[in-house]
Amino acid sequence: MTALAATQRARLNASASRPESIVMDMKNSSPASPRRTFFTQASAGVALLALAPGVRLVDLALARAQDEPASAAQRWGLLVDVDRCVSGCDACVSACNTEHGLGDSERPQTDAQWIRKVDLVDNNTGRQLSLPLMCQHCEEPPCVDVCPTGASFRRADGIVLVDKHTCIGCRYCMMACPYKARSFIHEDLTGQKTHAPRGKGVVESCTLCVHRVDRDESPACVEACTDAGREALVFGDINDRNDPLATQLAETTTRELRADLKLNTAVRYRGL
Amino acid sequence: MIWGDLIERGCKWLSCAMRVVVMTIALSLGTSVIEVYAEVSQPVFPSARGEQCVEPVDIMRRDHFEFLKHQRDKTVREGIRTPRHSLAGCIDCHADKDAQGRFVPVNAKGQFCQSCHVYAAVKIDCFSCHAARPSERVSQSP
Repeated sequence: MTALAATQRARLNASASRPESIVMDMKNSSPASPRRTFFTQASAGVALLALAPGVRLVDLALARAQDEPASAAQRWGLLVDVDRCVSGCDACVSACNTEHGLGDSERPQTDAQWIRKVDLVDNNTGRQLSLPLMCQHCEEPPCVDVCPTGASFRRADGIVLVDKHTCIGCRYCMMACPYKARSFIHEDLTGQKTHAPRGKGVVESCTLCVHRVDRDESPACVEACTDAGREALVFGDINDRNDPLATQLAETTTRELRADLKLNTAVRYRGL
Repeated sequence: MIWGDLIERGCKWLSCAMRVVVMTIALSLGTSVIEVYAEVSQPVFPSARGEQCVEPVDIMRRDHFEFLKHQRDKTVREGIRTPRHSLAGCIDCHADKDAQGRFVPVNAKGQFCQSCHVYAAVKIDCFSCHAARPSERVSQSP
């Protein structure tokens, strides 16, 4: 959940809790017009947010401006609640494929996989798990360490990406990644989406839907999981203590995959 | 001595005459080369949708790739998605529609990018990865 959404929620709560009689009084007890109601409710929201100059209950930090670079003040992350994830459900995978135009070739064996569903069985107890596995957006990404051209990079807000303009397709990053999160494109592609340029000869992986994050939306997989009624994925800013993701990370036990590698991943798992 | 002078003068005259002949041949050849070039038709492409390009036309003709390159680095590396010098912004304005009202790729024959690049004999690599039509939701338009 983003700061924008949080602000909107605060405003909604403010307007919901506002007594209707106050609106009525302003119109001499006649029913308030929708337009008037809107303005009074909006001003109630502003009053709540700005108690005094410089003092706010809820920060007005909306989406960063379009011409502003991504900032290290944020670190985008993902929490996977394994208890809510169901074997056989691939809503996240298909949403990812649709969003980025993946998986349309005639040879599915070599199709790019930005997310894959993994089913696990504990042989001792028989406990069965299902979880989505994607780029873990490490703070210390091995893919960035090994890249000979600097194409593999970590954006200021923690999203690990491939600059396909400089990628030479050597695939060192694929070998370095402990999560096997990256895919190589073997064949010419057609019908790419405007927001997801993809082509032969370069490596690619989950971008945490960077184009959606840049316009203050959640990744497609998170939205699909919520729409499917699972709510196993929570997206947010790890650095923002008021963010639902950061709150859950602070309050519950979560795990990094391969924590022994000390990569400090931005994708965490609960119930694993 | 007299004979010697005469021979020297004759040689000078001959070399002058040779120069004139060579110059004439060169000039005529040059003219014909210019004539051949004049026969190559200028690129013709559909007009853009917007009223004004993001930069003056003569600057865009020469430097559009510089703008695109700077913008691509800003977008990929820093997440700055302003439409002004973006490839998606170019395509939004310069993609033409066919008789059925569908967008034609800008790299198709006779279209905006392709017509000029064929004329200049410069291969475009952009569209092996990037979409050559505007997205369904034209989100990048200025």
